[in-house]
Amino acid sequence: MAYSDKVIDHYENPRNVGSLQETDESVGTGLVGAPACGDVMRLQIRVSDEGVIEEAKFKTFGCGSAIASSSLATEWIKGKKIEEAEALSNSQIAEELSLPPVKIHCSVLAEDAIKSAIEDFRKKKAAKAALDGEE
Amino acid sequence: MTLELPIYMDNNATTQMDPRVLDAMLPYFTKVYGNAASRTHRYGWEAEAAVEDAREVLAQFLGAESGKEIVFTSGATESNNLALKGAAEYYKSKGNHIITTVIEHKAVLDSCKRLEKEGFEVTYLPVDPQGRVNPEDVRAAITDKTILVSVMLANNEVGTIQPIKEIGKITREKGVLFHVDAVQGVGKTPFNVQEMNVDLASVTAHKIYGPKGVGLLYVRRKRPRVRLAAQMDGGGHERGNRSGTLNVSSIVGFARAAEIMMAEGAEENIRLISLRERLHRSISERLEEVVLNGHPEHRLSGNLNLSFSFVEGEGLMMAIKDVAVSSGSACTSASLEPSYVLRSMGLDDELAHSSIRFGLGRFNTEEEVDFVADLMVDKVQRLRDMSPLFEMYKSGIDLKSIEWAGH
Ligand SMILES: Cc1ncc(COP(=O)(O)O)c(C=O)c1O
Repeated sequence: MAYSDKVIDHYENPRNVGSLQETDESVGTGLVGAPACGDVMRLQIRVSDEGVIEEAKFKTFGCGSAIASSSLATEWIKGKKIEEAEALSNSQIAEELSLPPVKIHCSVLAEDAIKSAIEDFRKKKAAKAALDGEE
Repeated sequence: MTLELPIYMDNNATTQMDPRVLDAMLPYFTKVYGNAASRTHRYGWEAEAAVEDAREVLAQFLGAESGKEIVFTSGATESNNLALKGAAEYYKSKGNHIITTVIEHKAVLDSCKRLEKEGFEVTYLPVDPQGRVNPEDVRAAITDKTILVSVMLANNEVGTIQPIKEIGKITREKGVLFHVDAVQGVGKTPFNVQEMNVDLASVTAHKIYGPKGVGLLYVRRKRPRVRLAAQMDGGGHERGNRSGTLNVSSIVGFARAAEIMMAEGAEENIRLISLRERLHRSISERLEEVVLNGHPEHRLSGNLNLSFSFVEGEGLMMAIKDVAVSSGSACTSASLEPSYVLRSMGLDDELAHSSIRFGLGRFNTEEEVDFVADLMVDKVQRLRDMSPLFEMYKSGIDLKSIEWAGH
């Protein structure tokens, strides 16, 4: 299969590879996919008090399109408010990377990873708020 | 010597034609171009003589008694179809049961599926974790309805060589026909239809440095005489077994390829085993968690199938785009299912997704092997640095303990 130039670029020069401290309150972690299915993405965000994604990091086990999708996702959500990041859809990723039909699931996974990281962050925040309330 | 890129290491898929084969073929395009079935002129006679010579060479290659036992086809897909469907149709009054294995080539498995739809019963024997069939399983599966057993000589993905001689003893003793898909193994591991009691055998030229689109089916003529129902109707060529004008130039090339194998194969296989071991050693000395798929000893000379844990196969192939290999990863197949061969051997899907098949052949060099080993080590490390699974493994998390969502 031929890859688009953008997939190749993200694959060869992935943006924002790495990890954030999972236990940090300002960090949300999304881990989606399954090894048995051939792709796993972990996407992490660090959110400021104003609700802006200051940092985004990923690590991905998967094909070139999966790596490129997660790399692009981190690039796009960085500097955005979490509500804006939440609105990002897989079709935008698929379109930007010119993914062929058999690779659409890679972009779906990237969208899931963003949503799951945001959800994790919100859960943490809510748990903390509850705890603070008790004190 | 400078290294030329790209490097071809996918010799289980197909091989480069040997230039000596091309030389042998060339006159048959523009000079001796007659139809081997033309009986009325020299063009036909010369073409026929070339085909008959090729038959004898190929019979010798397989240890067959006579060239009359060779039926030329368009390749092993057709040979496998003809063997299974042809025997099933011809012998259906004797029984309706066929035995094969779960790791056969699709040309065998899908022929069996079609026969099942037509009322035949098929037993698909399992293999052990190294991909071997137990001959005693074959014995146990034979019933008084069994007409045919079909087992491959060597597997195309993992290179495991099957105990053909042992199985042939059993089928002969039980009076059941034995078909062998010998495509991957012939010339690379001992194969002899007489010594191994094989009744039908499929071979293709393009895996032994010959041209694509030509193959043969060996059909035993004595003790027992095997009969087939033709699957291609027409002019009654190949003793009624396979109609169609013979592909003379390719048949000549096929025989030349076999001749070269007979002369040089033994030495070549020693060289390929040493290259294979060099590649394996060089990679596994420098990378942890690399799993060998298939059998360590009963293995095709040029085949090395490795799973690089925590790295996905297609992603890895993209990183080594100057090296032609293949992967058992789902991403490389239209079905999005990982290799059924690796699965049947009990390999985790995750490791199947991480598998790479290196197929070394006649034209690979030691320099190429060293280059590929270095490249693999470098790229696997790079991708592991990007892999969440590797990070988890390194921090002592058991990946099996995690509840993955899947999709
Ligand atoms: C084991 C096996 N059987 C059959 C075939 C089919 O051969 P052909 O390509 O000549 O149709 C192949 C190769 O693709 C093979 O590896």
